[in-house]
Amino acid sequence: MADYHEVSPNAPAGEKLLNWVDNRFPASKLFKEHMSEYYAPKNFNFFYIFGSLSLLVLVIQIVTGIFLVMHYKPDAALAFGSVEYIMRDVPWGWLIRYMHSTGASAFFIVVYLHMFRGLMYGSYRKPRELIWLFGCGIFLALMAEAFMGYLLPWGQMSYWGAQVIVNLFAAIPFVGPDLALLIRGDFVVGDATLNRFFSFHVIAVPLVLLGLVVAHIIALHEVGSNNPDGIEIKAKKDAQGRPLDGIPFHPYYSVHDIFAVSVFLMVFSAIVFFAPEMGGYFLEYNNFVPADPFQTPLHIAPVWYFTPFYSMLRAVTTEMMYALIACVLLGAILAVLKGKMPTLFKVLIVGAAAGLIAMMLSIDAKFWGVVAMGGGVVILFFLPWLDNSPVKSIRYRPDWHKYLYAVFIVDFLVLGYLGILPVSDLSSRISQLGTLFYFGFFLLMPWWSRLGKSKPVPDRVTFTPH
Amino acid sequence: MKTTGFTKKIIAGLTLALGLVVGAQAAGGGIAWDKAPNKTNDMVALQNGAKLFVNYCLNCHSAAFMRYNRLTDIGLTEQQIKDNLLVTNAKIGETMKAAIDPQQAKAWFGANPPDLTVIARSRAGAGGSGADYLYTYMRTFYRDAEKPTGWNNLAFPNIAMPHVLWELQGERRPIFEEVVAHGHPTQVLKGWEQVKPGTMTPLQYDQNIGDLVSYLQWMGEPAQNTRVKIGVWVLLFLGVLTLFTWRLNAAYWKDIK
Repeated sequence: MADYHEVSPNAPAGEKLLNWVDNRFPASKLFKEHMSEYYAPKNFNFFYIFGSLSLLVLVIQIVTGIFLVMHYKPDAALAFGSVEYIMRDVPWGWLIRYMHSTGASAFFIVVYLHMFRGLMYGSYRKPRELIWLFGCGIFLALMAEAFMGYLLPWGQMSYWGAQVIVNLFAAIPFVGPDLALLIRGDFVVGDATLNRFFSFHVIAVPLVLLGLVVAHIIALHEVGSNNPDGIEIKAKKDAQGRPLDGIPFHPYYSVHDIFAVSVFLMVFSAIVFFAPEMGGYFLEYNNFVPADPFQTPLHIAPVWYFTPFYSMLRAVTTEMMYALIACVLLGAILAVLKGKMPTLFKVLIVGAAAGLIAMMLSIDAKFWGVVAMGGGVVILFFLPWLDNSPVKSIRYRPDWHKYLYAVFIVDFLVLGYLGILPVSDLSSRISQLGTLFYFGFFLLMPWWSRLGKSKPVPDRVTFTPH
Repeated sequence: MKTTGFTKKIIAGLTLALGLVVGAQAAGGGIAWDKAPNKTNDMVALQNGAKLFVNYCLNCHSAAFMRYNRLTDIGLTEQQIKDNLLVTNAKIGETMKAAIDPQQAKAWFGANPPDLTVIARSRAGAGGSGADYLYTYMRTFYRDAEKPTGWNNLAFPNIAMPHVLWELQGERRPIFEEVVAHGHPTQVLKGWEQVKPGTMTPLQYDQNIGDLVSYLQWMGEPAQNTRVKIGVWVLLFLGVLTLFTWRLNAAYWKDIK
């Protein structure tokens, strides 16, 4: 415990009050540690604003969510009408609702860009693995939050989207049907489902989300931020022990973020006030039709932010299974022939591959589609241990790495685009290739990330005063 | 900076890739939708649309989330609404419920007439806005003896709803022409033949349908024009704020060498 600190009786009232608080709660200490004496690299670029912006969107979602819950009715007979009641009869209800629906999409936009930043500059590399893991946890929680929130307006897309996704769990061998029943609370999506999704959406998942966000930031402030050069600024310090390339977060990055926030709010408000449906992508047209369990829509597509993973799900057909089995076989052969490991390990690998192939042949492709969809997210957790590149930042990697990353991003967007469309022969082939590339990118990363000649990394960050 | 060149390459690649997929996607079926006039700011048109809606649509369709007194937003007084638009014994603060009994409706038409409160929002799609669809739909009814109601529709083939406005429009017959497209003979709508005249000329009818559809569009989101008006001020405010935060940021960062 810190010693009790006295101030002069003549000190201004504000200083006395702060001293009173500081003797009981580490207010000044926290402010110093996390703001005014938290040294961040001075060479942050555009991509570094999306962390702060996702925090802003989280606050927008929580605050607007609180007001929505005051008028929303989680009841299959009343839900659709209560949303229209908010849109029409609650003063400023339309604004709150549009902020919340736009916020959901905005959340994914800023989070995807934030993750892209981490991918480019190696922000997940040692010693930042835990920051990355907490971040992946946030992404997973966010997906659960968005999925369950999407059921609440109780429109056709809400209903059938939930029906399709919950039915996927039924494809899991042995426990699947019971698990799906447990999630729904009924044999079809119904009032029980709506009530439990509401509970998860407003209480359970937000609590997890907030906890993970706090852990994410604590871990970040413990090790310090990475930067576009991928250099540890703590390696070069001045006489006072401050990093030479670091600047206090407050005021430099706080004013930076305030500027970014005002630009972001312009884009956000432009959508909220002028195009809240965003051409049917943020609010789907079919969701203005009340849920009807007896009428399946012709085309069911998840909201845009789930579509890359939805494409992976649809890519795994019976035909695709043969390609995947070939991949497993090839992987096992390569490991046995090229891997430098004891014979016991090789035997284990062959055994595991044989077991996996037997399962792939005996279990329905639908299940493996679910595995692909889940695996597409889960594989991100392993990124810190997949990347073997000698340098962190894309800037100092071989040029062809940059092209590979560019192809990866295009691949992800194409998968996302195809996930919106109904399946066709061509789109099915493209998404199968895209899915193989997506997984190949990560699973082969331990090998390809080592290849090529990386460029020399400078001692100090590259910074042009502006 | 390095990143910028890299980002540019990514954006260029993306544009190209998306262009390819979008290009491959541009195809569809059914009759193309006509562009509906947008009169959601024209009070006279909206009032006329409301009158048509109450007189013709509300017999079978509800607008269960729309309150009668919200019509004050389109320039009517509560007294005017009571005198002219409250045909059922509903109170002014109540929502618009159909005169028909839902069970009877189901027996007569084979399906419950859908609620129309947000119909203009729900019917949007790749072919245009929901208003475009409704505008096309209300103008493409034709006589079809094979249908139980005696009517069919080009925008919604095999529709269960009869042509409620036939007195206004009269009876028409679509004229098709066979055209060879992509090697297949296809029927293309050439125009219409007026079989029996209605009480309105085709031009008057189109104008009235324009009013009705604008009303439906307005009813789908009564706050839509307020929203845009407020949005302009919000963006102006944020523009000024951004100017200040930009200079504030620059003022601090000029010290960083």
